[in-house]
Amino acid sequence: MGISKLLLAAGLISALPVHAETFYEMSGKVTADLRYFTQEAQFQNQNYDTNLSFTVEPEFYWEWNDGIDNLTFTPFIRVDENDSRRTHADIRELNWIHIGDNWELRTGIQKVFWGVTEFQHLVDVINQTDAVDDFDGEDKLGQQMINLSLVRDWGIIDLYVLPGFRERTFVGENGRLRGGLAVNDDHATYESSAGENHIDTAIRWSHTLGDFDLGAYWFHGTNRDPNLQVKNINGTTVLTPHYEQMDQIGFDLQATIDSWLWKIESIHRDTTSDSYWALQGGFEYTLYGIQESAADLGVLIEYGWDERGTDADAAIQNDLFFGARLALNDAESTELLAGISHDLDYDSQSLIFEASRRVGDDWTLNLDGRFFSSDDPLDLSYNIKQDDHLQFTVERYF
Amino acid sequence: MTLLNKSLKSILIAGLVASPIIAAAETAEEKGMRIAVEAKASDKGWQDMQANMNMILRNKLGQESIREIRMKSLEVEGDGDKSLSVFDKPRDVKGTAFLSFSHAIGADDQWLYLPKLKRVKRIASRNKSGPFMGSEFSYEDLSSFEVEKYTYKFIKDEACEGGTCYVVEQYPVDKNSGYTRRVVWLDQEEYRPWKIDFYDRKDSPLKTLTYHDYQEYKAKHWRPDLMKMINHQSGKSTDLTYGSYTFQTGLSDSDFNKNTLKRAR
Repeated sequence: MGISKLLLAAGLISALPVHAETFYEMSGKVTADLRYFTQEAQFQNQNYDTNLSFTVEPEFYWEWNDGIDNLTFTPFIRVDENDSRRTHADIRELNWIHIGDNWELRTGIQKVFWGVTEFQHLVDVINQTDAVDDFDGEDKLGQQMINLSLVRDWGIIDLYVLPGFRERTFVGENGRLRGGLAVNDDHATYESSAGENHIDTAIRWSHTLGDFDLGAYWFHGTNRDPNLQVKNINGTTVLTPHYEQMDQIGFDLQATIDSWLWKIESIHRDTTSDSYWALQGGFEYTLYGIQESAADLGVLIEYGWDERGTDADAAIQNDLFFGARLALNDAESTELLAGISHDLDYDSQSLIFEASRRVGDDWTLNLDGRFFSSDDPLDLSYNIKQDDHLQFTVERYF
Repeated sequence: MTLLNKSLKSILIAGLVASPIIAAAETAEEKGMRIAVEAKASDKGWQDMQANMNMILRNKLGQESIREIRMKSLEVEGDGDKSLSVFDKPRDVKGTAFLSFSHAIGADDQWLYLPKLKRVKRIASRNKSGPFMGSEFSYEDLSSFEVEKYTYKFIKDEACEGGTCYVVEQYPVDKNSGYTRRVVWLDQEEYRPWKIDFYDRKDSPLKTLTYHDYQEYKAKHWRPDLMKMINHQSGKSTDLTYGSYTFQTGLSDSDFNKNTLKRAR
């Protein structure tokens, strides 16, 4: 994969014009984050309370042919104090877009987001999760692709060819927020004989009809979620990821009516070992200008369901979510988000909060907190019940 | 045919002759409405427009913060305009883009693109009275003027920076508006707004907007280079400056969809 990525990069850069009028711009951010774990670690090799980590993510952008062609290059690097696996680099984006009349062709490495719900991104399937980067699953690895997008009166059709697969990143031996056994991703196995070189395909339709925004897709290729298998490698017991082939259909809908956002996402996934439906749905209701101030308060309730129930290897199988989002709408864009999830099968809870505000023109400060409680060893969140933490992040934009 | 024409003509002439009498009988409400219709008609036909928009936000202590936005708009016959705005500053929201299909009657359709997550979010447009990017301009202050959005009452004629102005009270139709009324000064030559006083939901004076440095584009369309909004209750203010105005650049419907939103930057 390293070579195919390099070739792709070389190809894209050679597509750059040499003399035409090119617009160039660089921007990006550097961040520092400090995690403070409030409890003793549960497993071996996790004996620390604080962890410091730095990231650099510049973005280089070129535009030529009067904006008909553009190229974005976004490398990413994280350096972590304790977990060597969390110290990692990725090309988030190296993407050439060619724009036609009612169509565009996007070639390269890219991130694509699908979906509408807030507490789980069930239908979002194109990019692999960069699970080592942060705990919320919202950080994604760049995916190699050719994507043709067609704009029609009856919606937007996106066709994807995805050459090459990205393995999920996992917290290492010295990382917290993992299970009792660390995942050894050097020994990943595949169902397809093509392994990580399997060419995946996807087609998605999305459209707006009045108050409704909806989408539907079919994905054929390597399942981004691995099965974790217990193996003995050189005398040590480890977990190794096994990636199956899958066919998945997905559907998402948001109705935007007055102060209400009604949301639903659903998938049907078909693999050799499983065939099941899963669902995430709920609403967000916003109270505008509370207490005669400029602040808005949003209330979110969602429910997540997985047909496999407690047999599911997913953390969300019968879970209820409550959230509140407070936006002060001030010059510093001060925001606070808090959420509680409750697992109805295992009776476990987790609490998260995220607070952020801008300082000056180029800085932001963020404080996140995540707290877990679980009493049932069969519950996936039992593994992280002692990994409650506060995370303080400083971001500098340039 | 000729006969019909002739009779039509005579009706028209009769109408013209009679019009001063009608005008005299015109109520303050009717006159306010007529001015709004004429103001809208005078700017009709701009087709499409692109501009850079900078905001300087000032708090009570005079501390400033900057917003830089590029925008494209498309005139839509018989409905509100379409617009696409992209943020350049502050840098933490760089690349964030906003797509809006405004409607004369009913809620606007609005989408937000969040570049960090590559996510397009449909957002509720009920939030008309909320501040735009922490500024003293609310979303409704920045949306296109449509006759149907208000009921009207003509108050008086008064000398103003643009010559003689009509002073008209406008009462928002939408119950979600942050105002009970706006008092607008429009010059009688070109129907350009020069000043607007805003009254909050309790009918107390809230904000004053003044327009400065008008430029004429395409021999017909007047746009200010500077708009100053002062909040009398909070002591904060926002200066909104426009630059690089271009009209009729050939934008069409296909420049305003979720794909163009994602790559607006």
